[in-house]
Amino acid sequence: MTQFLSLLLNGVSLGAIYALIALGFVIIFKASEVVSFTHGSLLLLGAYSIARLSEPIGFFPAVLVGVAITALAAFLVERLIINRLRGAPVISLAIVTIGVDIILLTELIRRIGSDILNVPHPWGGGSFRIGDVGISENRLIATIVAAFLIGLFFLAFKYSSWGVSMRASAEDGETAALMGIKQGRVSALAWVVAGVLAGVAALFLVGSPTPGVSPSAYTVALRAFPAAILGGLDSTGGALVGGLLIGLAESFAAGYQDQLLFLGRGFGDVVPYIVMIGVLLFRPSGLFGTRELTRV
Amino acid sequence: MSEATATKARRSSAGGARPLPGTARGRSLLKPVLLVLALVVMLALPLYVEEFWLRTGFAVFGAVVGAIGLNLLVGTTGQLSLAHAFFLAVGAVTYVFVSGESGGIGLADLSGLGLPPLLGLIAGVLLSGLAGLLFSPIAARLRGIYLGVASLGLVFIGQHVLNSWTSVTGGFNGRSAPEFSLFGFTFGNTDPDLFVLGVPFREAERLWYLGLVLALAAYLFARNLLRSRAGRALQTLRDSEVAASVMGVNVQRYKARVFLVSSMYAGLSGVMFALSIGSIAPESFGLEVSILYLAMIVLGGLGSVGGAALGAMFVSALPLIFQRYADTVPFVGGPGEGGLAAGEAARYLFGLAIILVVLFEPAGLAGLAGRFRRKARDPGGGRTTSRSSAATSSSTTSVPSDPPAQGSTT
Repeated sequence: MTQFLSLLLNGVSLGAIYALIALGFVIIFKASEVVSFTHGSLLLLGAYSIARLSEPIGFFPAVLVGVAITALAAFLVERLIINRLRGAPVISLAIVTIGVDIILLTELIRRIGSDILNVPHPWGGGSFRIGDVGISENRLIATIVAAFLIGLFFLAFKYSSWGVSMRASAEDGETAALMGIKQGRVSALAWVVAGVLAGVAALFLVGSPTPGVSPSAYTVALRAFPAAILGGLDSTGGALVGGLLIGLAESFAAGYQDQLLFLGRGFGDVVPYIVMIGVLLFRPSGLFGTRELTRV
Repeated sequence: MSEATATKARRSSAGGARPLPGTARGRSLLKPVLLVLALVVMLALPLYVEEFWLRTGFAVFGAVVGAIGLNLLVGTTGQLSLAHAFFLAVGAVTYVFVSGESGGIGLADLSGLGLPPLLGLIAGVLLSGLAGLLFSPIAARLRGIYLGVASLGLVFIGQHVLNSWTSVTGGFNGRSAPEFSLFGFTFGNTDPDLFVLGVPFREAERLWYLGLVLALAAYLFARNLLRSRAGRALQTLRDSEVAASVMGVNVQRYKARVFLVSSMYAGLSGVMFALSIGSIAPESFGLEVSILYLAMIVLGGLGSVGGAALGAMFVSALPLIFQRYADTVPFVGGPGEGGLAAGEAARYLFGLAIILVVLFEPAGLAGLAGRFRRKARDPGGGRTTSRSSAATSSSTTSVPSDPPAQGSTT
């Protein structure tokens, strides 16, 4: 039972991190119809910047600068490339982000090399316990911060003028443009927000129980893809649910891996994808995504 | 798009009295002559060049087969798939399992059927096709980007299976691939010893010819497929599923079939990969491979068979060539010498090339070639040509599609 509870807790905290990343995907998709394959390397960029900068300028300034760098990179991708391709088919847009991803990832992996960069979180690698159920402090803080950020995002999405204009242009871009909503600005802001979310997620993703910044953080970030798809690519609430589901599934599969040994070691790493394919079989647009309707 | 080229072809064949009838006839002669010439060069190459180029050549032939297959799926039918590495893996593993011998290497207990390699190759292709067919019910339900991400899942699942199913795949360390042989003639270094015009024909030379034949067959099959009824149906499917189904194209069935064909191509390419490296390991079939294949077809030109071959040549040969000529290529250094490693330099180039192609020339290398050809053929811009080029340029802005050369060369 304690094992179950602690896996549940860990799953939720992991899910919260995934939800942050997945939310970024969804915002970008809603605002500019792009599925950003750049996200994994953006996240790695954030983690790398934080790790490298925290030595010379201290941890908290490094976090601020690192997140800002990630957001700036996302902004540049949008301005320099995506913005020029407005109206291009979704597949071309996805492919172009893959191109960016190749460059960014190659550069980061080259810089990181085979090292594992350590991020000196002030909360260290300690764990927080309630009775027998434990969770690493890093994950606990991650959950709280993620909940706060996600709450903030939903408020902004609902009430701020940016949120309103974004929902409007996601609903019907042309009409929104006629109403004086600047599509370019909405899309650029969406990328910046997604970059910030990825940067924050990176900060926690490379903390305990993960050893530090290594290229494998990229693969972890990719698991937010199933989270976004599972919930429905155009549903912000779906990203949240998807993230939590994926986090829980992964945590349980890893925790009960002794009982699942017949499926091979490291089965937890693939569970997100299996869950995703299973859900897509029954709901091709994800759990909360809008069904694509075709009018003839 | 296909209509425009079709009318153009009809016009040029019917209009014998049109200006420049001689050029048309000259062109129809020139093309086969060039093709034959290229073929002769390809056939004679092993007599002259060193082993490195032949080995690179075989790797390129394998990549060409795979890229043509992926292009049928992504370029022609518009189904984004990142699962190509998975299907490559199915082909390669099947070949190694069916034709490999049982036995243990170190701790791993490997099993194999020990059947003739030809059977292994066929089994690899068929099983890969079967895997594609099994995935197609999911694929047919998903649209566009959902499919892209779902297929991403297959790669990771494939990695997991490769790592854990040790008795078949050799696990993390992989296992070696048996050398190919055809009715007693091995594609190895000896047995039988073979000399042609005084040049010893060893493994590299023999594999070169095998690769040439397979790649040529793959190319011709895909080209004919695209010109057939099925090919037109697939292109309609890409442009609009609704329009396709109204025209009587069975959307689900065609999607399943194109998945089948594409993954069979991938299976063959996987077998060729196993032969070219001589072994298989999980890391050879990661997400990166899928992405490189995508890079090949985007650079070559989505929807064009020749373009896919060009792109495959570029993407698969470049890192190898960089590696070999690390001293002379600027910015590239050997490992530990500062500078970029060969693979890294090549990857920067691919990334940049992808971005530039999508931004400026959505039809890729094939599109560039078509543009030059059009200019050379008709510098003044005759009525027919300008109309057909207008049609193509309008269609390339919306969807990357076939170069005009494809339909008009018939």
